[in-house]
This record gives sequence, C-alpha cells and structure tokens, in this order.
Amino acid sequence: MLFEELEKDYRFKEGYHTCINCGTCTAVCPAAEFYRYDPRKIVSIVQTRDDAQIEALLRSDTIWYCGECMSCVTRCPRRNGPGLVIMALRDLSVRLGYFTDSEKGRQMLPLTRTFSRNILEYGYCVYPETFAWEDHKESGPVWKWHMDHLEKSLERQGANYKGDGPGVLRKIPQESLDELKAIFDATGATERIRLVEQKSAEKAREMGLSLEEYERKAFTYSSDKHFNE
Amino acid sequence: MIYEGKQKIWQDYQKEIPDDHWYFVRSCIRQNFFPGSEHMFTEITQKVLGRDMYENPYHTTCGGIAYHCDTLPQETAMTIVARQFALMTEAGYENYVASCITSFGNYVEILETWHEFPELEARIRELLWTSCKREFRKPKYLAHTSDLIYHWRNEIAEKAKVRLVDCHTGAPLRMAEHIGCHYAKMFPSKGVGGAEYPYVLAGMIESWGGQVVDYPERRHCCGYGFRQYHMQANRGYCVSNTHKKFESMEPYGIQAILTNCPGCAYFMDRWQYVIAEQTGKTYGPDGFGIPVLTYEELAGLVLGYNPWDLGLQLHQVAVEPLLDTLGVPYDPDAKYLGLNKEDLLRPELPKNLKCF
Repeated sequence: MLFEELEKDYRFKEGYHTCINCGTCTAVCPAAEFYRYDPRKIVSIVQTRDDAQIEALLRSDTIWYCGECMSCVTRCPRRNGPGLVIMALRDLSVRLGYFTDSEKGRQMLPLTRTFSRNILEYGYCVYPETFAWEDHKESGPVWKWHMDHLEKSLERQGANYKGDGPGVLRKIPQESLDELKAIFDATGATERIRLVEQKSAEKAREMGLSLEEYERKAFTYSSDKHFNE
Repeated sequence: MIYEGKQKIWQDYQKEIPDDHWYFVRSCIRQNFFPGSEHMFTEITQKVLGRDMYENPYHTTCGGIAYHCDTLPQETAMTIVARQFALMTEAGYENYVASCITSFGNYVEILETWHEFPELEARIRELLWTSCKREFRKPKYLAHTSDLIYHWRNEIAEKAKVRLVDCHTGAPLRMAEHIGCHYAKMFPSKGVGGAEYPYVLAGMIESWGGQVVDYPERRHCCGYGFRQYHMQANRGYCVSNTHKKFESMEPYGIQAILTNCPGCAYFMDRWQYVIAEQTGKTYGPDGFGIPVLTYEELAGLVLGYNPWDLGLQLHQVAVEPLLDTLGVPYDPDAKYLGLNKEDLLRPELPKNLKCF
C-alpha cells in the first residue's frame, strides 16, 4: 500500500525504473560520505514493496540526509534518480505524519515556518529580516557588518530594497503576495503547513517541550548517531 | 571516425541562445548575498550590451529552495512557476532567463515533467486559473543568466579594459570553475556542454584571457544541500563538502574561482572563513583565501567597473590580492563606504583568514 502511494508521485515515476543496485549513486553521493547514508540501500528497500520496511524508512532519519544535489541522476547507468525517490519518500512521510519520529524529520517545523513566512509575507525564499547573523555565524563578520548597515549597504550596491518597481530586493506587490496565498490554498501548501504544525505540536507534548523549544531544538541539535566514522 | 563521433556528442550539448528580448527573473539567494551581481546583470546586459532585458516587478520567488527543503508540495511549486510563465506571456515575451541555478533546474524539471505527463500540466493550468485567473504559454527558450553572459562573452572581451592575466608576469590567471549541481546534472542537454564537459564558465574564462584549471573534485557539490544548510544542526555536511573541494584543488595553484550558482558562490567563500577560523588553514597565499566570484563580478572587472560598485566588499575572502594581480585600480579606503562616501564603519577582522 505504501509502495502504491509512492507510485502516484511524479518524482517517483521519473526516478524509479529498473534499479540494478550497482551502487554508483552511493559512490558519487556527497551525503553518503558524511552521513550513515546509502541511496542504493534505500532504493533496494523500496524495491521490496514491503510495507513494514518502507514505513520504517519513512519514520527514520535516513531519508532526510540527502542534499538533493542530484549527482546520482547524472551517473545512474539506468537513468534512475534516487534523489527523486527520496523526495517522494519525504513527501509521503510528511503526509502520513511519520516525520516527527526522527530527529532530522522534526526539522520540518522550523523549515516550514521559515519558508512559508518568507514566501507569503515577503515573496522571497530567503529574506534579510529572517536571516539573522546570530543563527548564521558562518556568514562571517562581513555579513554582520552588512546587516548592521543593511539599507545603506544595499543602497550602495544598487538595490531597490523595499522599493516599488523592479530591482534587487524590491517590495513584492501585495497583489502578488495575495496570489501566492491563493496558490498555497489551492495546491495543498496551506494544508501542509497546518499538518506540520499539528503533528509537531503533538510530538512536542510527547517530548515534554513547548513548541518553541521543540522548534529550536530541531534547528540546532544534532546527535552523534548520524555520522560516518 | 572517432573525431566525428566526438563532434556529434559535443553538438548534442550545444544550446541555442537567442541574442535578444529576454524576460528576466531574479534569484532569492543572490539578491541577499550578492546584490551587486544582481544589479550588474541588468547594468551590463542593458547598458553595456544594449539588449532588451525586461523585469516585471510582480514576479516572485520560484519557490525552488522551499521545494527542495521539502516544505512545498510539488503542485504548489509547479503552480508558482506557472504564474511566473503567465507574467512572461502577458508581457509578450517567449525567452525566459533566470538568475539562479536552483530556479533554472526547477524550471527545467517542471517543463520536462509536463512534457512526460501532459495530464499534470493540464492540472496545473486548472490550479493556476482557480487561484490566480491567469493562463500561460511555456517559454520557447529557457536560459540561465550565465548562458547569456557566455553567449555574449566575446562581445564583452571586445570591450575589455582588463584581461584575466597577471599584470606582473603576463601569465594567464589560473582559475577553477564550479557550475553548480542543478545546472546540468539532472538534464545535461539543457546546459552548455552538459554535465560532462560544461563550458558555460570555462568559455568566459578563456575568452577573457584566463586559464581553466582542472582538479579532481571539480564536479563535486559545494555542499549547500538545501535543508542541510538551512538547519544549523546540519551544517557540518556543508562545510565538509566545501573542505573536500578545497583540499582537492590546493595543489593546483588556483588564483580565483568562478561560480555559476548563487549558493555555491556564497558557500565556497564563507566556508573558507570557517575552515580558517576552526583549523587555521587557508588556501590562498600568505594567509588569504581564494576569491570566489560570480560571472557578473568577473565580467564587471573585465569591463573596468569599480570593484566596490560590483559588491566585492560583501565577500568574506579578501579580493584585493586578486585585484593587484590583475592590475585593477581600486581605493582601499572606499571599500566599506556608503553612497556619497558615507562612513559605515568596517567589519571586524577574522582571527586567521587575512582580510582588509
């Protein structure tokens, strides 16, 4: 039944054909070098069509290790895309609410909150006001300086920050933001946000955390179990 | 026979790029981290090269980053893109150019999926009409902004005030190029040179006098990984991948890196800073890093623009040694000034990575 659900996903239709389990995808995979992650094994599990094994996958950290670089697509001798299979598995894990069972899956809450707000409030995926230096110290002292002088630094570089008309970081007109909201409502994104919030709240209660504590932990905490030796 | 076979393969990876009349959409990452590059793309294409590059202020994010962070259903991502195409259609254009590799990959993936599954395209058309009362035609030509700079590279070379040559020795500048995963790894035929022999950046470097240097991990991912970066807990993944690339290129004496993808430019710059601060290791000479440039920044230097007008002050890796090598004039005291020479103070200096 879970396999049949995966088969409805167009990414699965595109990325899952006749895998011969050669392991080329794993050999070139940046995630497989870093995490205890093996895309060949994931596709192998999916090939079993066994509900119990696929459900275990959907509840695990494993499916969240992929960086979606799609290097596997280039190299697969059968033109499969394990990265596309991963996208379908992640989508199903969210729809079934299984994502809260894994440390990496629980990152869906901060990710969904960040990107939904950025898109619906500003019209961008990334936006200066929500990209705090304190949460991105790798951006260096130059980014801190830039953020401390944001309007003037952007002005110096020809941006039209929050301005009308075209240009860099212009204000996205309200009519456009309204259309994005209408698209979210019509295509399932609004329902996705509600589901992620609901399942995350349930898990936070189970873990004895406030939702804000749960969100912060998902954003910052990494246990040691994920990494290769 | 073998030569002819190679010629045929190469022709399969050439890309038809119309010379004018483009509908331009912007990059979320670049507008934040390299605003000067976003500004310079229209400056160079419109004012220097005299091309029609139309930007509709009503366009938005394509949603690609959110999609690859798994926060958007596929139909949502597709309908946002369908709206972008509708705006292009309403403006009377058919050539569509995006200034982001994630966006470019997203557009290619969507168009190819619709080609394979026409019923899905029909469904998205319904969803767009339901939500926005808009209709669209698909672009006749789809390009990434670097495709256009590549297409016009020789025209830029004719106007060059600076060549990619060491002004002290006359030797070509030794450059690495990084094309970014979503440019051609999924759909190789959509990028100049494909995934095996990508030429979009190499063509610029050669045309402007530099030398392209190969190294073992040239095609390895920069390590962005979408959710791997946007979650603080996962960023070890990102820096590990960049570290692998820099360790691989270290023996080859690379003087600058040219990037295609907004994320790659940012990460390969910033992770050098992190590696230096954490381990003390730097990859350029004398405690400096290796400058990582966007193609507009490089084109702008070649065309003689002031480096601070290009936004090079927003790099964490100091660009001054590169400017000195190329003989590019600059005012070091003006680096962090605002408009009208307003004093905006200066960033703190890193402990290990040498900066100005």
